[in-house]
Amino acid sequence: MSFAKQSDLHQRRQGRNTAVALCLVGLMVLLVTLSLVKLRNAGPVEGFDHVVRPALEGQGS
Amino acid sequence: MTDVSLNAPEYDATFGDFWALLKPRVMTLVVFTAFVGLLAAPGSLHPVEAFCAVLFIAMGGGAAGALNMWWESDLDAVMKRTQKRPIPSGRVTRDAALALGVALAGFSVVMLGLATNWAAAGWLAFTIFFYAVIYTMWLKRSTPQNIVIGGAAGAFPPLVGWVAATGSVSLEAVLMFALIFLWTPPHFWALALFTRMDYDNAQVPMLTVTHGRPATRKHILVYTIILSVFALAAAFVGLGGIVYLITAIVCTVIFMRDAIRISKRDEVVAEADGYAVEKAFFKFSLLYLALLFGAILIGSLIGPLGMFGGWL
Repeated sequence: MSFAKQSDLHQRRQGRNTAVALCLVGLMVLLVTLSLVKLRNAGPVEGFDHVVRPALEGQGS
Repeated sequence: MTDVSLNAPEYDATFGDFWALLKPRVMTLVVFTAFVGLLAAPGSLHPVEAFCAVLFIAMGGGAAGALNMWWESDLDAVMKRTQKRPIPSGRVTRDAALALGVALAGFSVVMLGLATNWAAAGWLAFTIFFYAVIYTMWLKRSTPQNIVIGGAAGAFPPLVGWVAATGSVSLEAVLMFALIFLWTPPHFWALALFTRMDYDNAQVPMLTVTHGRPATRKHILVYTIILSVFALAAAFVGLGGIVYLITAIVCTVIFMRDAIRISKRDEVVAEADGYAVEKAFFKFSLLYLALLFGAILIGSLIGPLGMFGGWL
């Protein structure tokens, strides 16, 4: 059997790996989008940036 | 062991084999009912958050399915209906199914918590635990009421969807839970009536085996009556409005008619026509639930527009 010719096993693995890769990429895109939505809905957050910044307090939604 | 066996490639599971472990047909019901629960709720979620909520609820349902198949692979191997599932057919190992189930369960719960709220995540975790441990591992093989208990697990998705949108449980969410919970026993008992040998061979204490088939027919009628009460009651708490009420009345009349016909038949008559009424009842039960939840969905979509969903 030639090495160049893919066996059924290799074809199955390639198909599975491609599908898993697509799922992971899709999940990454979804999580980034979700994070952006969450950040946008959270409103201004600078007033809580580790140290008290009185100038920014009260400006949030 | 010979060189041939060492070099011979073992079967490597495909993506489709792992997908089958998640019980995609059941997941369709989970996605649909969770979506309805989420949309019918008064709270509002950003579309991306809503999409994530439904996705992670479905993922949790899939995880429960994988854990169910992992635990029940011995039962699946002796039942004709389940012999071709990935584990009994040798396409996926039990360890792989367990790993997939546990990983997806943890991931889906945490992600639902982050995407929506931790109350919804808690309900999803409880749903997975209830289905995988309480139903699958404990009660399915020990009580003829196994289907009733299993029905509760399948009834949680709309409630989880509702909690994801609002952060709390309410009467409407409980009624949606009750619809699926009470619908499940007659649906599966009808199936058990015309797939008798499978459950007998698997030694599952199905009601048909432990209490006999005439008792099962009576149980189908009783549960259908109780279901009808809840199905109609749901219309009066603001779920789906007039669209839902009309759908519920029509569907309930048909469902009740078939349940009465089943209760009046005996095995001789049923075997003579190849369990035609039982099969028709089983098929309509699928449509029944889809129509009720579809009506809730339509009612909740047109309700805010001031149309029929808001009782005119």
